[in-house]
Amino acid sequence: MNYELVIGLETHVELSTESKIFCSCGGHSAANEPNDCVCPACSGMPGMLPVMNKHVVELAVTAGLMLNCDINKYTTFDKKNYYYPDLPCAYQITQINHPICTNGCVTLKTSAGSRDIRIKQIHMEEDAGKLVHSGKYSYVDFNRTSVPLIEIVTQPDFRSAEEVVTYLNKLKSMFRSGGISECEEGAMRCDVNISVRPEGSEEFGVRTEIKNMSSFEAIEKAIRYEAQRHMDALEFETEELVQETRRFDDASGKTFAMRNKETEADYRYFPDANLMPIIIDDEWLEKIKANKPAAVDEKAEDYRAAGISDKEIDMLISNHKISSLLDELVAKGANAKDAAAWILTDCAGILRKDGKTLNDLAMTADDLFAVMQMVEKGDINRGAAKKILIAMVEEGVDPVAYCKEKGLDKKVDSSQVEAVIDKVIAENSQSVTDYKNGKVKAIQALFGACMKELKGAGDPAVIKSLLEEKLK
Amino acid sequence: MIKYYNTKCDNGNIAVDDTILVKDLEASAGSKILEGFKPLFSAEAVTRLESKGYKVSGKTHVGEFGLDLVGEFSHYAEAEAALKGAAAELVKKGEVKAALGVDMNGSTRRAAALSCVDFLKPTYGTVSRYGVISCAASGEQVGVYAPDAKGVKEIMETIAGHDEKDGTSLKNESYGYTISYVSGKKVAIVKELLEKADEETKARINAFADGLRAKGVTVTEISCDIFDTANTAWQILMTAETCNNVSRYDGVKYGHRAKEYKNIDELYVNSRTEGFNFLTKAVILYGSDVLSKNRYKDCYDKSLKVRRVLFETFEKLMESYDAVLTPVCSKTAYESYDIHEAFGKVFEESVFTALANLIGVPAMVSGGVQLMGKHFGESTLLSLAACVEKEGK
Repeated sequence: MNYELVIGLETHVELSTESKIFCSCGGHSAANEPNDCVCPACSGMPGMLPVMNKHVVELAVTAGLMLNCDINKYTTFDKKNYYYPDLPCAYQITQINHPICTNGCVTLKTSAGSRDIRIKQIHMEEDAGKLVHSGKYSYVDFNRTSVPLIEIVTQPDFRSAEEVVTYLNKLKSMFRSGGISECEEGAMRCDVNISVRPEGSEEFGVRTEIKNMSSFEAIEKAIRYEAQRHMDALEFETEELVQETRRFDDASGKTFAMRNKETEADYRYFPDANLMPIIIDDEWLEKIKANKPAAVDEKAEDYRAAGISDKEIDMLISNHKISSLLDELVAKGANAKDAAAWILTDCAGILRKDGKTLNDLAMTADDLFAVMQMVEKGDINRGAAKKILIAMVEEGVDPVAYCKEKGLDKKVDSSQVEAVIDKVIAENSQSVTDYKNGKVKAIQALFGACMKELKGAGDPAVIKSLLEEKLK
Repeated sequence: MIKYYNTKCDNGNIAVDDTILVKDLEASAGSKILEGFKPLFSAEAVTRLESKGYKVSGKTHVGEFGLDLVGEFSHYAEAEAALKGAAAELVKKGEVKAALGVDMNGSTRRAAALSCVDFLKPTYGTVSRYGVISCAASGEQVGVYAPDAKGVKEIMETIAGHDEKDGTSLKNESYGYTISYVSGKKVAIVKELLEKADEETKARINAFADGLRAKGVTVTEISCDIFDTANTAWQILMTAETCNNVSRYDGVKYGHRAKEYKNIDELYVNSRTEGFNFLTKAVILYGSDVLSKNRYKDCYDKSLKVRRVLFETFEKLMESYDAVLTPVCSKTAYESYDIHEAFGKVFEESVFTALANLIGVPAMVSGGVQLMGKHFGESTLLSLAACVEKEGK
C-alpha cells in the first residue's frame, strides 16, 4: 500500500532584540560567562514584575506580515506552569488565548511544484535557561532565561521531509533579511508532529511529536526514521502506534518515546495578570508595515531586475545588514549593480585580507556613497577610491577628509596630462624607440612614469589613450 | 513581651510589612520558605517614602504570605501575640507615624479594624506593586495604616502614581487627594453584610452612621447580594494566582532548602513541604485544582466573568451612592484557633473584604468599619472617615 506523510511544525525562533522580553538585561549573545545577563526579574526573585519589550511585539508583527498572517489587534499573555530548575519562576510566560498573529500562509517551491503551507498562529514567549551537568552537580545558567522567542505553528500541511526543510530554509532567509532573527545555530528549534495515512485517506493517522531539534539535517533524518516506523507499524503490525512525545537521538538516528498522553503534564494555563493586554492600533500597525523590509521573493526580484547576479543576491538576501546598506545606497541614488559590487567585491575583499567577513563591516551608507560619488564625478580614480576604502574599513576614516589629506582628489585637466606625457616621452627616448619598433610592452614603462608624475591623479584610461595617441 | 518586628531598624518612623521589600533587610513574607532572603532592591512605595525623608523602622510580622486573618500564622512570631496585626498595633501605639501593608485577602483591613486604626486599600493600579512579594497579582495593592485619615492621605500622596516598572500601574502621575466637607453625600449600609456581624460590630456601624448623619450625610440601608458571589470568585482567583506565584519558591535559588533529598523532585517536594505552613498548602491545592484542565472553565474562567459582571453591578450601585458602609470582620476580636481551620475561617471572613480586591475599588477602614467607594473615590472615603474621626476626638 502507498502511504502519505502528514507533518505539522512548531518552530521556535529567537528574536534579535537588544534586551530580553520582560526586563532590560541584554540577550544571552552578549554574555561571556554563565549568569552574566541576569537580573532579579529574569532570575525569578520575589517583587519583580515583567514589563513588555515593545520591540518584541514589532518583530512578531513583522514576522506575521511576512507570513501573510492576520495581525490581532488585541493580544494577551498566559502563564504555563511546570517545575524545572532552568525555569526560575516555575512558569513560562507565553500566549495561548490571544496569540499575536493567526491564519497565515507561505508558498514553497519544491521539486513537486508550488505548495501552500498554512500558518495556524505565531505567538510570543520567553525562553528558559539552561542546565550544565558536571559530575555530581548540575549548574543553572539563566543567561537565556526570558530571551524573546516567537513560535510559528503550521497546520498539518507538509507531505515530505523535503518540504519541511525547504520551509525552514525559507523562514531562515526571510527572518535574516527581515532583521527578525540571526537564526544562528540553536536559535531556531523545531517540534515535528508527524503521522502517516493510506494515500487517498482523509482521516489522520496516530500522531507522534518529536521534540526540540535544531539542525535541519537532524530534522530530515528524524522525519525519515519516524515515517518509516509508522509505515512499518501499519503495514507489518510491528508495533502499536500511540500518541506520544518522542526525542531524536542523533548518534543512532532513531527516535525514542519520552512520554505518552496519559503521563502528559497539565500545564494549568491561565492569563498573566501582571501584563496588561496589548492593543495594536492602526497607527502602530502602519508604522510597523512601513518599516517592514520587502518580502524575500519580492526583494530578490528587485535585485535581479537591477542586474545583480544570482550569487550576489543570495549573499544579500541572507544578510540583513548588508542588504539594508545596499537599499540605503540605492535610496540615495546609487546604481544598485555598482553599489552591490562595491560592497560585495571591494569591501568584502579588503575585509577578507584582514581575516574578517562582511558582518564586520562598519561603514555608513553616507560614507560609501560619498566615495561612489567622487568616482562618478571623476574627482578620483578607482585606484584612489580603493585606497580610501581600505582606510575606511581598517581605520574608519572619513572618506572626504582622508581624500583631501592624502591629496588623492587632485583634479587634472587634459592640458596638464598632455604636458606630463610630453615630458615623459622626452625623458624616455629608449622606451619610445622600442615601442615604435614594435615592442608593444614598452608602453607600460611610459604609462607607469606618467602615473608616477601625476601622483595617481587622473583617469588611467584617458591617460593611456592620450599616450598612445602621442606615440603614433 | 510582644515582638512586632522581624527586623528592627533605629530611628524609623514607617513600619513596613514583611510582604514588601526593603533593600538589604531580610524579607520572608512570614514564611520559612523565604528564610534568609535579602532583596537587592526596595519596593517602589518604600523608595518614594525614603526620598521624602521618611525612614523605615523595620519589617513587621505578617501571617505567611498574608493569607490568614490578621497575621496569626507567621513562621517568625507566636500565634498568640499575632492575633492583632503587628503593623496596625505599632501605629496604634504611636511608635510609628504610619505603616505599609499589602491588601490581598483582607488581612490588613481586618488588622486595622481590630486595632482601631485607619487603613486605605487604594484603587487597583494606584500604588506600584514593584517590590511586593506577590500572591494575587490581579487584586493586591499596597495600602497605608495611619492613626487617622489625614495621616493616610499624607502617605498616599507620596506613594501613589505611575511607575514604569509595574505594567499594571495606571498612567496617572498624581491623584490630588483631598479631605473636604461631606454634607449632602449619600452612604448605603448593606443589610446582608450587617447581618453577618455580631452585636458589637453592628453597634460600631450604627455609631459611625450617626456620626455621618451629624455631618449632613444621608445614610440608608440597602439590600445588595453580590458579596457572597464576589467572595467565591475572589477566593478562586486569589488561590490560583497565589499557587502560581509561590511556585517559584522551590529550594533551588534562595530561601529554605531541605537538607535531605536524593533528586530534584525530592528537593522540590521536601523544601516546599518544610517551607510552607498548612494554610499556604491548602491555598496551593485549591489553586491548582481550579486551574486544572477539567475545572478551569467552570472555576477560573467563570470567576473572571463574574468579576466583569460585578464590576458593572457595583458601578451601577455607585451611581446612587458615594460610598458603601460595611463591617470589616464579623467580630471585634479573634480568639486563637487551629491552623487546620484557617482556610475556612478566612474564606468566611473575606465576605466583607473580597469585593474590593475582586473589582479593584478603594476600601477604607476607620473606627473599625469599612467604607467602599467607586474607582478613584479615595477622597470621598478619606473625607467621610475624617469627619467622623474629628467628632470623636
